[in-house]
Amino acid sequence: MRYLPLTPEDRQAMLATIGAASIDDLFVDVPAEARLSGPIANLPGHASEMAVERHFSALARQNMAAGHHPFFLGCGAYKHHIPASVDHLIQRGEFLTAYTPYQPEIAQGTLQMLFEFQTQVARLYGCDVANASMYDGSTACWEAITMAARVTKRTKAILSSGLHPHYVSLAKTMAKFTGDQLMTSAPELSAETDSVQLLAAIDADTSCVVVQYPDILGRIEDLSAIAAKAHEQGALLVAVVTEPVALGTIRSPGEMGADIVVGEGQSIGVGLQFGGPYVGLFACKEKFVRQMPGRLCGETVDAEGKRGFVLTLSTREQHIRREKATSNICTNAGLCALAFSIHMTLLGERGLRDLAALNHAHAVKAAERLEKVPGVSLVNESFFNEFTLKLPKEARPVVRALADRKVLGGVSLGRLYPGNPVLEKGLVVAVTEVVTPEDIEAFAIALEEVLA
Amino acid sequence: MTINASGWRPEVGAAVAESAGTYTGNRALMLEEALIFEIGDSKTTGVDIAAPPAVKSRLAGLERHRPIGIPGLSEPETVRHYTRLSRQNYAIDLGLFPLGSCTMKHNPRLNEKVARMKGFADIHPLAPRETVQGALAVIHELAHWLVTLTGMKAVAMSPKAGAHGELCGILAIRAALEARGDARSTILVPESAHGTNPATAAFAGYAVESIPATSEGRVDLAALSARLGPDVAGVMITNPNTCGLFERDMKALSAAVHAAGAFVYCDGANFNAIVGRVRPGDLGIDAMHINLHKTFSTPHGGGGPGSGPVVLSEALAPFAPLPYVERQGDTFLLIEEETVDERQGKSFGRMTAFHGQMGMYTRALAYILSHGADGLRQVAEDAVLNANYVLRSLDDVLDAPFGHTGPCMHEALFSDGGLAEGFTTLDIAKALIDEGYHPMTMYFPLVVHGAMLIEPTETESKAALDQFIGALRSVAMRAKQGDPLLKSAPHYAPRRRLDETLAARKPVLVWKEPEEAVAAE
Repeated sequence: MRYLPLTPEDRQAMLATIGAASIDDLFVDVPAEARLSGPIANLPGHASEMAVERHFSALARQNMAAGHHPFFLGCGAYKHHIPASVDHLIQRGEFLTAYTPYQPEIAQGTLQMLFEFQTQVARLYGCDVANASMYDGSTACWEAITMAARVTKRTKAILSSGLHPHYVSLAKTMAKFTGDQLMTSAPELSAETDSVQLLAAIDADTSCVVVQYPDILGRIEDLSAIAAKAHEQGALLVAVVTEPVALGTIRSPGEMGADIVVGEGQSIGVGLQFGGPYVGLFACKEKFVRQMPGRLCGETVDAEGKRGFVLTLSTREQHIRREKATSNICTNAGLCALAFSIHMTLLGERGLRDLAALNHAHAVKAAERLEKVPGVSLVNESFFNEFTLKLPKEARPVVRALADRKVLGGVSLGRLYPGNPVLEKGLVVAVTEVVTPEDIEAFAIALEEVLA
Repeated sequence: MTINASGWRPEVGAAVAESAGTYTGNRALMLEEALIFEIGDSKTTGVDIAAPPAVKSRLAGLERHRPIGIPGLSEPETVRHYTRLSRQNYAIDLGLFPLGSCTMKHNPRLNEKVARMKGFADIHPLAPRETVQGALAVIHELAHWLVTLTGMKAVAMSPKAGAHGELCGILAIRAALEARGDARSTILVPESAHGTNPATAAFAGYAVESIPATSEGRVDLAALSARLGPDVAGVMITNPNTCGLFERDMKALSAAVHAAGAFVYCDGANFNAIVGRVRPGDLGIDAMHINLHKTFSTPHGGGGPGSGPVVLSEALAPFAPLPYVERQGDTFLLIEEETVDERQGKSFGRMTAFHGQMGMYTRALAYILSHGADGLRQVAEDAVLNANYVLRSLDDVLDAPFGHTGPCMHEALFSDGGLAEGFTTLDIAKALIDEGYHPMTMYFPLVVHGAMLIEPTETESKAALDQFIGALRSVAMRAKQGDPLLKSAPHYAPRRRLDETLAARKPVLVWKEPEEAVAAE
């Protein structure tokens, strides 16, 4: 048991200091009938480092890793290249094995990083302020809806049909318990979004309109008109961004009038990891800052007048306000926020713009090629690095057949919207900088074979 | 205001230099570091990105016109910036991190290695299930351990942190009550509970009422029983509790709650004290989250990520959130839809976009397999032994409010009683920083005045504990004698005491160009 440094002699000496005869004496408050007498049955004993590694290697080999095959999956999680120095730096023990910065004098590294992260996120989103991260994009989205309800003192939220269906399910789950009213529907396989219906639905009872940008089918639209109508009715515009790289080339939601912008930060610095841990981004206009959920880092000075950073405005938070807190969240995705911030620093404005341009160009190339596959049509007129194809048959078995040919070829809308006969022919294809022309060709040929 | 080539704002540099006695403000290996906004610019980048092929843009005419304002650094500058920042952090790799209730134990690097295997780190959450069988097997195997160790019926894996797990447990309770047509309005929470407990209950739509503690630091069973009634949906207990004590009456408490038609939620933040020795299921608990980073040592990275799977009793299991993993012969299934089996419609729904914290599952499972059933039992024993050793080695110099009632579990609680006039827990904490330690948890639990909650964990050696005990004893003696130097500690940290009031009164949450910042005032 290599992680436990006490020797049997240490244990005896310590029991003597305590004045206990045996370790059982220290568990005296546990009722006898609840105590286990020995190791739990059906569980094996301890294993060596080599044995554990071997076990995981065998399991890892059963998975098709994205980097080993032509890869086109997106819908809220994206395969991007992560510079080697990102993972190197986040593995430094002083970052990796630190806790929440409760003692700012010896946590300035984490705190300064969070302050830099907040500034990067606010600027990327075109907002005044950002928090120090949330669990992920989907939970950040629900937090934004509840924050809009607090700000407007209304409980009717209008969710665009282009919002990620898992984000919608999460909101529906929570709304069942909180009593919030949600208006939402499934998207249509068309080039146009549902903004006409959204505009018509906004009224004096509306707390917020939630629009994803680019949306679940990859479509992009100007949010200004929705922001204007929402503001006219006293509602807020919440914009959700699941692919932050897009903002390297298209206008930020804040610039178009969004009041709260949330999203998934996984694309920048954080690996796919089968869905988590990811990093939720959350930003808003300055006037709403005291209604924001989550942790905030702020600048201050120390007793010598030196600049320093602390966690601040904690009077909004659960450990002070308990049942009156803005949210029950008490952790952030610190290490993932660090990875995001390091990758963003390596990119800088120029790198982010170049990366976004490359993503878009690859995606346009892929769309042009895949559109030529017999029976396939491209749904989108606009897109960034992700678009939707309409197939001549159900996409789910097509995706599985592509996987048999070692091509991970997109996300079937049938998986995201089970039981919807129109959407099940939709295939959402994501194309990032890691995709090569050969990958696109391999995908197109495999798709032709599968559809033939 | 200008920034010179090395990134220093001269007037800031000068102020620092005067107090520190150096031009740069550095003190040998203690290096000051400017913000990326002061040393980077919009033209510098640390990545080489290929020129894109020529295409006709399809961005709906929404091309960005304005600059984003994100500075870049070259790769060497980036590595240096973050390495310098890292050196201003205390971490468990540097020494004892005795934060009570936070459980900062050694983070084995094997776990990091395993989590980074391409087959786990580089797979997509929506990949066809045939291509991710190994990952589903990991979830299934970890779930088996969690259910077996806790003696419960099922586990919901997807909650992304402890507080998210609390929410999952309370929603399961609410769903179960609603399924039997029994709308209830109130959750009872002991006054010693983590702030997340009342916040969670409120977030799930419940009114929250507090239950007092006894003079022995445990839940007042009589007060709790008296309050139970048809409006009470559940009780949130922490066991072992935040005073570091086992709730002796847990079985009677559970029986009383169940008799009143309500459910018992247990905050499992302190499961590491009893893992392998006590199964929460045997105590009558209906739902309990397990902070994987605490009991099973996944690194907390300066504040997260966490991971909070929730074990559930038979009564609550059908209401667990989606998705979940099931084994069918040799194949692992990912159940994402409510309509696929006999549980249709019972699950309360989805809590997060994907399947939870896969990267934490691999780490936690690696830790579990390394210890095995025998090692995990030893984990609890050594954690409890170490805490009692700290308690008994210091109770002659520090007031231990519940020390007379018997042993503690995995954390030792002291109060500020007996310090010199005007000296507080804060002074002891800041002086410990000068001794090279991260301080203990301060002012929590709220039921003890000036609380100091010390959790050494099982990965500390006796020698490490003896040195820490010596340091804390010395600081405690100085606080009892009124040593004025304690009031200005820390003296040797990268920063002296920081002005938290200023930060809250005039919040500065993002960096602004100096001219812009001045204009805003």
